[in-house]
Amino acid sequence: MKNINNNTLNIASLNHWYGQGEMRRHVLQSISMEISPGEVVLLTGPSGCGKTTLLTLIGALRKVQDGDLKVFGKQLFGASRKTRQNLRKNIGMIFQGHNLLRCLTAEQNVQMGADLLNGFSYKARRAQSREWLRAVGLEDHLSKLPHDLSGGQKQRVAIARALAARPKLLLADEPTSALDSSTGREIVDLLKKLALKQSCSVLMVTHDPRILDVADRLLRMEDGQILPSV
Amino acid sequence: MELNNFYEKRKIPLAWLLLTRQPLRILVAIAGISFAGILMFMQLGFRDGLFDASVTVHKLFDADLVLISPRSKSSISMSGFPRRRLVQAMAHKDVMGTTAVNWNFLLWRNPENLSTRSILALGFEPSKPLLIDNDFERKAKTLKNKGRVLFDDLSRDEFGPISSWFNSERIVETEVAGKRVRVSGIVSLGPSFGADGNLITSSETYLELSPGNPKGSIEIGLVRLKKGSDIEKVVRSLNLSLPSDVKVMSLKSFIDFEKNYWKSSTSIGFIFTLGAAMGFIVGCVIVYQILYSDVSDHLPEYATLMAMGYNLRSLLGVVAREGFILSIMGYVPAYISGQFLYALVRSSTKLPVEMSFSRASIIFCLILFMCMGSALAAMKKLADADPAEIF
Repeated sequence: MKNINNNTLNIASLNHWYGQGEMRRHVLQSISMEISPGEVVLLTGPSGCGKTTLLTLIGALRKVQDGDLKVFGKQLFGASRKTRQNLRKNIGMIFQGHNLLRCLTAEQNVQMGADLLNGFSYKARRAQSREWLRAVGLEDHLSKLPHDLSGGQKQRVAIARALAARPKLLLADEPTSALDSSTGREIVDLLKKLALKQSCSVLMVTHDPRILDVADRLLRMEDGQILPSV
Repeated sequence: MELNNFYEKRKIPLAWLLLTRQPLRILVAIAGISFAGILMFMQLGFRDGLFDASVTVHKLFDADLVLISPRSKSSISMSGFPRRRLVQAMAHKDVMGTTAVNWNFLLWRNPENLSTRSILALGFEPSKPLLIDNDFERKAKTLKNKGRVLFDDLSRDEFGPISSWFNSERIVETEVAGKRVRVSGIVSLGPSFGADGNLITSSETYLELSPGNPKGSIEIGLVRLKKGSDIEKVVRSLNLSLPSDVKVMSLKSFIDFEKNYWKSSTSIGFIFTLGAAMGFIVGCVIVYQILYSDVSDHLPEYATLMAMGYNLRSLLGVVAREGFILSIMGYVPAYISGQFLYALVRSSTKLPVEMSFSRASIIFCLILFMCMGSALAAMKKLADADPAEIF
């Protein structure tokens, strides 16, 4: 048995509700799970089952209402806004849409990620951004605006941006949903390869059955509960 | 070293890029802010120019103290007081000399088209000092002949091309109050609110032009003190010793007295300050609109940045920097246009409208305040950026 404090993520009997009074809905029902460093975990399930809610809770974007949620050993239940904010710097996020900043070039977008790191000079941060863009195969598109990039290219920039902040946990919410199957496959492979290189754990929510095989572990969710693994 | 450190720590200039990648929006913003700035420059410039213009002659008086009648309210309604009071003032040990000045409006006939217009006429004893001007003593000597006047070349053009005729060695003769006079010199005083032009003549000629003037009555008494005298002390002691039909004040309070009349007894100050306030409000609305729609348009991007780990403070900083950049970009064209428009106003109205440092900095502060205030109001919208909503 490993020391659980070394885990990237520990969740025990986590509950979450939306709404008030009569309208209150129990969207997460005593969820328990864990992710060890360097592990790639896929989370699937029908829409509306609470996957995204779980992701936002882990990403410290929402207040934990009930239960234990530890990221890098830090308790998020009852954590202040500042704690959550600081924690977010260590969590990379990749969204369904690419969510790039429209007014920045690919390189500048990635540097927005690198700028979160302390103790590097401007030049070093810029060099790192270029390095990441090279790693995702976009070295020829450094100064293009998101507007001029294809869907797959934008998602690559988003991956580079998320990784440039050197996260220890990467959360991805259906990163392939807007892409065709072969591009989607490439993106996921790339994501896994780059994340593992810096021993970053990955939690990916997906509907896409074609990419399930990249996972070390597969979790299925239904009606706010994680189903026992098969 | 510190600077170098700061330079190395710098990040992507997000505020600058947000603004400059939307050229249309920033152009509208700059146009709006500059417009507001120009409006403020013009209104405040006119206001100060008009107040300064009301004392163009006052400022030139060669005097430490001024005697006026307590019934005088301003340069356009001067009452007389007995000339004897000046003689009595001479009795004070600190008084070095005095000049009696008559001050009234007379009708001047334009020698070119023969139309008449009211001009401010000053009468004084030509052997005594009147204005602080190196060349004035020489010009004043020409007034010792009867029927001679000095004409102010900054007077409005409606009085006729006097100075150009005079400078081309032509004998310029015209009528003042129905009597013939000859221009024997040119001075530079400047028009004011009350007076479109000025002329200076000797007391003798003045009395001839204005025979209704009570004998021995003057409108202004100039008093010069010995070097090193305490002006305030002399003012107090003269006010005590002289009868109450005369009021003694320092030259500075005489200037303030005149300015105050235009400030408080007329609506000029109010009108132009209101105009400047309107410019300010228009500017606020424009900057607020621009920044608010900018924040709204980029709300998902701000939310993304928050999800990435940027804190709210750094994002508020982005909006604040946008406001600051806009204020600089809007101020520069406003300042330049202000200079141009002031030159235009000077040449067409001869009002002394100058770009003063204090006004330039006040308006910069107003524009900065306008932009930062609007940025602050637009920041409220940032609170709507919920990173949990972007998944």
